[in-house]
Amino acid sequence: MKAAVIVFPGSNCDRDVAVALKASMGHMPLMVWHRDTELPLLDLIVVPGGFSYGDYLRSGAMAAHSPIMREVKTRAEQGVPVLGICNGFQILTEAGLLPGALMRNAGLKFICRDVGLTVEHSDSIFTAKYEAGQSLRIPVAHHDGNYFADEETLNRIEGNGQVAFRYAENINGSARNIAGVYNEKRNVLGMMPHPERLADPELGGTDGKPMFDALVEALS
Amino acid sequence: MTQITPEIVAQHGLKPEEYELVLQIMGREPNLTELGIFSVMWSEHCSYKSSKKWLKTLPTEAPWVICGPGENAGVVDIGDGQAAIFKMESHNHPSYIEPYQGAATGVGGILRDVFTMGARPVANVNALRFGEPSHPKTRHLVAGVVAGIGGYGNCVGVPTIAGQTSFHSSYNGNILVNAMTVGLAEKDNIFYSAAAGVGNAVVYFGSKTGRDGIHGATMASAEFSEDAEEKRPTVQVGDPFTEKLLIEACLELMATDAIVAIQDMGAAGLTSSSFEMASKGGLGIEMDLDKVPMREEGMSAYEIMLSESQERMLMVLKPGREEIARRIMEKWELDFAIVGRLTETGRMVLRRHGEIVADLPIDPLAKAAPEYDRPWVPSTKRPVVKTEDVPAKPVDEALKTLIGCPDLASKRWIWEQYDHMVMGDTTHRPGGDAGVVRVHGTRKALAVTTDCTPRYVLADPQEGGRQAVAEAYRNLCAVGARPLAVTDNLNFGNPEKPEIMGQIVEAIRGMGQACEDLDFPVVSGNVSLYNETNGQPIDPTPQIGALGLIEDISKSTSLPFKKAGQVIIKIGETKGWLGASLYLREVCGREEGAPPPVALHRERRAGEFVREQIQAGIVTACHDVSDGGILVAVAEMAMASGIGAKLHAPATLPAHAWAFGEDQGRYILTVEESDAAALMEAAQEYDLSVRIIGTTGGDSVELDGVGVAVSELRKINEGWMPQYMGATEIVA
Amino acid sequence: MKAKVHITLKNGVLDPQGKAVQHALASLGFEGVNDVRQGKFIELDINETDRAKAKEQVEAMCRTLLANTVIENYTVELAD
Repeated sequence: MKAAVIVFPGSNCDRDVAVALKASMGHMPLMVWHRDTELPLLDLIVVPGGFSYGDYLRSGAMAAHSPIMREVKTRAEQGVPVLGICNGFQILTEAGLLPGALMRNAGLKFICRDVGLTVEHSDSIFTAKYEAGQSLRIPVAHHDGNYFADEETLNRIEGNGQVAFRYAENINGSARNIAGVYNEKRNVLGMMPHPERLADPELGGTDGKPMFDALVEALS
Repeated sequence: MTQITPEIVAQHGLKPEEYELVLQIMGREPNLTELGIFSVMWSEHCSYKSSKKWLKTLPTEAPWVICGPGENAGVVDIGDGQAAIFKMESHNHPSYIEPYQGAATGVGGILRDVFTMGARPVANVNALRFGEPSHPKTRHLVAGVVAGIGGYGNCVGVPTIAGQTSFHSSYNGNILVNAMTVGLAEKDNIFYSAAAGVGNAVVYFGSKTGRDGIHGATMASAEFSEDAEEKRPTVQVGDPFTEKLLIEACLELMATDAIVAIQDMGAAGLTSSSFEMASKGGLGIEMDLDKVPMREEGMSAYEIMLSESQERMLMVLKPGREEIARRIMEKWELDFAIVGRLTETGRMVLRRHGEIVADLPIDPLAKAAPEYDRPWVPSTKRPVVKTEDVPAKPVDEALKTLIGCPDLASKRWIWEQYDHMVMGDTTHRPGGDAGVVRVHGTRKALAVTTDCTPRYVLADPQEGGRQAVAEAYRNLCAVGARPLAVTDNLNFGNPEKPEIMGQIVEAIRGMGQACEDLDFPVVSGNVSLYNETNGQPIDPTPQIGALGLIEDISKSTSLPFKKAGQVIIKIGETKGWLGASLYLREVCGREEGAPPPVALHRERRAGEFVREQIQAGIVTACHDVSDGGILVAVAEMAMASGIGAKLHAPATLPAHAWAFGEDQGRYILTVEESDAAALMEAAQEYDLSVRIIGTTGGDSVELDGVGVAVSELRKINEGWMPQYMGATEIVA
Repeated sequence: MKAKVHITLKNGVLDPQGKAVQHALASLGFEGVNDVRQGKFIELDINETDRAKAKEQVEAMCRTLLANTVIENYTVELAD
């Protein structure tokens, strides 16, 4: 299996997700610098967390227009799985790959802690090893995780089964407790929680690991 | 040219006798730029002129110390060719004036001190002291400082894993923000600041220079008055995004063989960085200030040399390496400029618009900075408070009061605003005795803690100095780490007052004794004096930051109880010392008495014993006993786990003295019942007082049948801070 | 030519920062503030001298990067 992690100036969870991928995949993914314009043949693209471009202007806004993102968009349209975590989720919405936007947390503060998540369904390449309705404990670490979309969009994505995860408790003001969403084809997933942070028992839990295991199983 | 009048000299914080020395060194009257350079180089902040004599007495060596004080940060060997680099530094005054930026740039500055030496920063820690909660400014300062620390640390992607926060009226006009960074480096790839190689390029890189923080270093050395607000324009603004790029660019450049010497521009910016590099290398520098990347137009030499714009570095490159360095800086979109060359003259010659604007001898400025043996008087010893003179309040009520008081209340509200998990190696998150991060890709881990009990230091500076070091030692042992070394941040009032100078001298003496006896040398540090407003000094706060090594992360332990039915064991002797205790202050409303004495030999034995038991794998939970005594320690273990405890006090002591006394050198451990006997026996060999005090289980914390439900304890403990900060309910 | 861009949240999008400012104003005794909406102000200095073209150019910048049209509106004002 060949996976790539996109690195922007200001990305800071690139290594973390690479380590989690390696634990499931057996080898390190390719690290791709944002100024690159081409990608090799890939089975998975990960847009990691962090503060790309300092999150100046809006979280993810400038990274969404990086040279490499044009290529990521093309691949996503071709059906290559793309996973955006935290800042990666913000970038994917800014790039128009996912519906909605992520605004400042309702409490206005940065939040770093484990939260309860509910898996909406297991019918995706990312969640095949979870069960619909399963409760997970996964950390969040964000200032802008307040998911917004207009009512029409919300109804549409709910109808299409594009909601991937919901918070058990609304921590940041997100519409309908949404913590993660898919694109229509469900090959692109964006989520605010960090599955890579609880994929190693020494860090206090492994609820994030089945996501990487599922990807590796499906894509190898 | 500006005439140098006595008023201008005074505005630069130089005493008349110091200006006499300036005239002697120069052999002529300095111009304004030169005077500005003298003033920052000789400020308390840069020269340690009041404390140097005493700092020299601290033990700084051990077989595992690679580099002690004097460089950007201290370096210790952690085996396998790896080194840990760390330091703590204050940003007190700037944080009081502008809490967000003051605290943020404090974090930025200490990060630079560490990665300048070749280390990737892996953990941040901070110690915060605020005024009393009822003071009108406190809430605003807490909110700003915490957001600033988070805003900076979260963006650069270094986890903030531990800290200490307390509140006291002595900090009403002078809060303390002490930030510490720990980094990891290869032992044979550590970078120092001594310049070498006449003709080598002096390179400036990072952000551009603006007019920020001009005279920050002198401000940090002058006593506050009420007009502090007007000093606002001198506060620097941080750019954590650039700092992140700077970290990556530095580490990338350091992996090539290009750098001779490197130094970050901290307090006193280009002045202190260039003088330090030149002085350590015994060389001179010629700089063309026109080459310095500037953000604003029309900057004078004075402004360029004294600017404290953030995220800037200075380095000396090996011949022919300029292009490699330039390419890496361009990749990371950082400014890069060759601003000068090393010379053999031993002088700093600065040009602006083609003219020489300053010409100063380097060593006399850097090395002949005034050093004072300021007069001091020993602190008045406070009488020992007799246990029978302290009223016995009901134990359950007292426990609730203590765990809900501002100093012991949960600081979750603070540390949940810090990313404490980024980098994927945090095994012990905030809220325990020490934060722990794995050494990436190994089984090793680093434990980090920061400690000081200012009320003890005020009551007896020497004992308080010993206690601060001992508590840090204990917190490291409590997670199973071998204590390696400390960094200190000495926060005091005005050293020109003999009683304050006495606190400094005695606290350093106490710290020195503890470091010596615990084999726990000081490898870096920082001094912050003049923490006074309108003559009111802060409580003396010699903050200790400490680092320990865990050889195998599977052999460490943590604070929460693990299951019901385990035996609770107390290590260390309990005499019921209530003088200067939190019980006396919070429950009885009395701030008095001598602090508990620290027996260093016993402290060391207890630490070694606890570590040995953790290594043996039988300790299921461990917590040191500090503020609030045994019952508070047990309650904290219960709250962290949701598992209660049933305790029994000996009949020889009044219950409140046993429960809340703050005798030093103690730990609470839990083990399976079947392991208890072996542990008790092993303790005999260490000549330690050890006692089974109860068992885990149930849903309350009980002492001889009087108890409080764990859920109620949690509610009180978690409730204070969010309520105080006025956390609003989230509207979904 | 100087262009001034104002970016505001669309009506109906909750603005937690604006709400916080409104509460703070009320607690400082400023009465009668019915609503606060926080936005961004961006000033651009551009080479284009033709007003119509300049406006078109800046609006394209807004649509592409400066504003997120899922949640934000923008207005462009040109000054000489």
